[in-house]
Amino acid sequence: MAKAKTNTEDYLRMYRQMVRIRTFEDNANQLYLSAKMPGLTHMYSGEEAVAVGICEALTDDDRITSTHRGHGHCVAKGAEFKEMFCELLGKAEGYCRGKGGSMHIADQSHGNLGANAIVGGSMGIATGSALRAKLQGKDDVTVCFFGDGATAQGLWYEVMNMAALWNLPVIYACENNGYSEYTKTEEIAAGSIMARAEAFGIEAHQVDGQDVLAVNELTQELVARARKGEGPFFMELMTYRYHGHHVGDINREYYRSKDEEKDWKDNRDPIIRFRAFLVSEGIATEEEIEAMNAEIEKDATDAVAYAEKAPYPPAHEVDMHVFAD
Amino acid sequence: MREITLSQAVNEALAEEMRRDPTVFILGEDVAEAGTPFKVLSGLVEEFGTDRVIDTPISEPGFVGMAVGAAMTGARPVVDLMFGDFIYLVMDQLCNQAAKQHYMSGGKLTVPMVLRTNLGATRRSAAQHSQSLQALVAHIPGLKVALPSSAYEAKGLMKTAIRDNNPVVIFEDKLMYQDKAPVPEEEYLIPFGEANVKREGRDITLIATSSMVQVAEKAAELLAQEGIEAEVIDPRTIVPLDEKTLLDSVRKTSRAIVIDEGHQSYGVTAEIASRLNEKAFYHLDAPVLRMGAMDVPVPFSPALEDLTVPTPEGVVENARKLCAGELIHAA
Repeated sequence: MAKAKTNTEDYLRMYRQMVRIRTFEDNANQLYLSAKMPGLTHMYSGEEAVAVGICEALTDDDRITSTHRGHGHCVAKGAEFKEMFCELLGKAEGYCRGKGGSMHIADQSHGNLGANAIVGGSMGIATGSALRAKLQGKDDVTVCFFGDGATAQGLWYEVMNMAALWNLPVIYACENNGYSEYTKTEEIAAGSIMARAEAFGIEAHQVDGQDVLAVNELTQELVARARKGEGPFFMELMTYRYHGHHVGDINREYYRSKDEEKDWKDNRDPIIRFRAFLVSEGIATEEEIEAMNAEIEKDATDAVAYAEKAPYPPAHEVDMHVFAD
Repeated sequence: MREITLSQAVNEALAEEMRRDPTVFILGEDVAEAGTPFKVLSGLVEEFGTDRVIDTPISEPGFVGMAVGAAMTGARPVVDLMFGDFIYLVMDQLCNQAAKQHYMSGGKLTVPMVLRTNLGATRRSAAQHSQSLQALVAHIPGLKVALPSSAYEAKGLMKTAIRDNNPVVIFEDKLMYQDKAPVPEEEYLIPFGEANVKREGRDITLIATSSMVQVAEKAAELLAQEGIEAEVIDPRTIVPLDEKTLLDSVRKTSRAIVIDEGHQSYGVTAEIASRLNEKAFYHLDAPVLRMGAMDVPVPFSPALEDLTVPTPEGVVENARKLCAGELIHAA
């Protein structure tokens, strides 16, 4: 694995954040399966190294835009379980007071500009955030997360053009998990995705999205350069989605084989890989890691229990927040 | 009082707000040196530079989306959409993104942006450069919609729009850019949701928006010659809508015609007429009439185009019938 951070605390925090995402998703899936969660949700499991590797290279002043598959970005950008599970269950203490739900979950106070349920819908927002930074002489950077499916949206090409023309501090982070909803990416994407960014003169990088240190190292470099006005940049992060398009997408062998899923889970899992690295480098013992996992599991269980008992928003909030004062 | 054109009024409003607030900037196609095809923004780039009057490629969804993102992170963009017809191109950014961020975030995010664009037929520009699409955006919760009817309104509403913490869409009538009206030298703002009673009358209420205010005023003059006193009201903003002023007037006159240049079906006129029926039914002596643009794509030929929009003569004819009781049993 690539080595980016030499600080033990940083490594352990990255590991912790990846496990927190996986644990959050496992609990969210259980809430769905036990019919306790309204609606559906899109699991981030398998892609943890992408969100964590990137967000660990950002500060609270840096912004991100997230997607319908956004729980991982939300956790990685600093959100807490309690408010997240409350949001997932539509409770008043959720980050969006229960008005957003899974597809709009975000802890806005840490620079998360929201999860967007229109595929590619946040590309303008992210680029506009970067334009604001440039106009106001700020050095914050905005990372725009989106999937390979979103590369089929025309909006991306419009905003990449402007970002490149004006050297905006935005990083387009394409999480290529191989599937555009229920369709293989190779069936929806002609040519090379990297070349599309390069056509605008944007520096493009492909990185192993299952290697948190590789993702973090590349992001640190690009963020530092974007702060100096060398942006925009494009990253294609090769990763994998363990679940279906959403939690209800169970029987999916018509588009993806179980053997393929098993191969990614057994041989390329970002958490297993990083755990092995931490142990072999002597950064943590197996016992310490097990203790950390157990603590995170307990946090999640407690947060779920809290959220299940938490009150729904009162009826009078239904027409609050249509307009700001 | 001095008189200036609607175009100058918009220009002044933008310049004043840009001097007052450094976070205000303009984004759009040919807004800088060109000053837009209508020359509304001429001179602004000279004062404020290309960092605050930004020419974009012809990428409406792209730059409207960027305005949303800039607004969410501490700027107050004014986006210039060259023709109102291009709203179709930016519907996702406007209606799914700008309109919903505040609500979806439980009030944490705000989108203080202005989308200024235009409306109005009879410029011989055919079906894709002549539409009046205010009903489309007024339908979406989270968007405010202003329809200035003169230079005075154009300036006061624009300044209010820029200071508002919500996405505001302002439609200017592209045929009125050179129309002059008295505009004070000193600063003023026009609050949203306050209708303007342009002319008082006892017999019938003419509620008209934007370009149709002039039509209604002309109709009122003609009606006065026949002894029919029409009250003319300009709502100025349709979201929020000053229902009280409209209802007070209709309770007084007992008759109303609602006139707007958007297509009549499922439009602004239908919404306002419906509210009058729901809330002033027992005060009415006649059905509330709608007068919008015909439900046809706007034709190019002047011989056809002029037939599609409400005229003073048409308003007079309808008002006359309403006052004579001819339409009570029309159904």
